[in-house]
Amino acid sequence: MDTLSDLADGVVNGDESKVSALTAQAIDTEGSAKRILDDGLIRGMTIVGERFKAHEIFLPDVLMAAKAMYVGLGLLRPLLIEENVDSLAKVVVGSVQGDLHDIGKNLVGIMLKGAGFEVIDLGNDVSPSRFVEAAKEHDASVIGLSALLTTTMPVMKSVVDEVRSQGLGDRVKTIVGGAPVSEDFARKIGADAYGFDAANAVDKVKTLVGKN
Amino acid sequence: MNDTSTVAAAELIPSRGAVLELQGIPRGHVVPREIESLCDQAMALFVQTAEPAGIIKRVSAAEFATIYAGEGRNEPQTPVAEIFPRADRLALIAVTLGPSISREISERFQSDDLALACMLDAVASVAADHLAETVQQRHVDRRRELKEIDQEARALRYSPGYCGWHLSGQRALFGFLDPEPIGLSLRDSFLMDPLKSVSGVVLIGAGWIHAFDNAYPFCTDCHARGCRERMDVLGQG
Ligand code: B1M
Repeated sequence: MDTLSDLADGVVNGDESKVSALTAQAIDTEGSAKRILDDGLIRGMTIVGERFKAHEIFLPDVLMAAKAMYVGLGLLRPLLIEENVDSLAKVVVGSVQGDLHDIGKNLVGIMLKGAGFEVIDLGNDVSPSRFVEAAKEHDASVIGLSALLTTTMPVMKSVVDEVRSQGLGDRVKTIVGGAPVSEDFARKIGADAYGFDAANAVDKVKTLVGKN
Repeated sequence: MNDTSTVAAAELIPSRGAVLELQGIPRGHVVPREIESLCDQAMALFVQTAEPAGIIKRVSAAEFATIYAGEGRNEPQTPVAEIFPRADRLALIAVTLGPSISREISERFQSDDLALACMLDAVASVAADHLAETVQQRHVDRRRELKEIDQEARALRYSPGYCGWHLSGQRALFGFLDPEPIGLSLRDSFLMDPLKSVSGVVLIGAGWIHAFDNAYPFCTDCHARGCRERMDVLGQG
């Protein structure tokens, strides 16, 4: 197996020390940080995502793989900056105002990062204006909103409305998700997409930014 | 009178199966050793960080009728509306695992200790329900001891946010119960702070009072199986 396939394998198995050693080795031998990222780390996480979707592995496996990937990413980051490598796109995520539930949102963020997106996580209890300001500040292409209560779902509409009223609708897309949220609700409030789980959110965000 | 109490975190440690199930792993599925050990670590961390406390207070059926009506946003017909007038005794309940456990979960996420953070979250979620069950059971045992309820009486808990009881019902429930002494507060969105908390009404009476058909319009969209399982345990009678 070549180094990058081995690296992908290390990610799949959540083997942090292997990922760390192979990323360091690849930096010395491969030259291109972008290649190490795409063909090693992201490839590993893509396999993980597919196995997760096929129910071959479960959430803890995905999270152990993601942690291993982050170890590699940490080593690679200075080189990616040096090489001016852009992420797939920037995504602002958060749980909406009034909601402290953030596990689902965290999982969406982890999977997006694993797929090569830059994630700006605003945490929980985030006001509509903070979402929109952050999207402008970071020049994000997507805002991802999470809500676990029916009483916090209306905040999602406020964010979507604010994006439109500030004239950002063309360049900032919105995706919503969370236990009580549905495709139908997303359509009704004018959100650009609905993600039923973290893996599905990644597919939808890729479509939104035309990277599918 | 309000009855506040604390429970040792060690008493609330859930089964591995229940924790893994909340992480999407089917019961009985054999998991790798790493996941088992992650689960054990999360349980140990839970014992260190959880500060379980609860409050329970007797309420009359007339008082509860007003509390249940809440802000007028319940579904037109609900199981609780049918069951509570048949109960011999009612009590409002709120329990919390305290703020430290949520902080611990967030910090673990922030430091990329992802799998452990998520496992700890699942442990705490299952334990929060156990805590409610424990506080409720203590209350029922005491009532039995004092011969205030029939020895055969069965108690079940119903919560705002389930079975047509609108989440906004939390406001009236909190108004009556005043769970501030256990560090619980309610946000405008009706979310309890700290997050790992549970509230509801405990309805005590003969087993049959808790039986209902899952034929309310909202049952169609509901995937929760808890009500059916509970009725099965009671043998509907
Ligand atoms: C940006 O794009 C995207 C795309 C996808 C996105 C996304 C964003 N965000 C999320 N997703 C999606 O991807 C994620 C990963 O796959 C998923 O994220 P989730 O966050 O949904 O999933 C997590 C990884 C795991 N899921 C969870 O942790 C939540 C599971 C359920 C069963 C649940 C649990 C475990 C708990 N709860 Co409760 N709880 C429920 C939940 C019902 C359910 N089936 O979801 C829900 C949320 N709870 C509810 C209720 C009512 C309550 N709970 C309460 C308490 C609890 C526990 C403490 C026992 C426990 C902890 C909750 C927690 N998360 O910390 C109470 C509130 C607590 C509070 N602080 O106020 C209480 C109010 C009950 C009470 N009166 O005590 C319901 C809300 C109903 C409503 N009307 O709003 C509820 C939907 C259950 C139900 N009725 O079916 C997807 O939704």
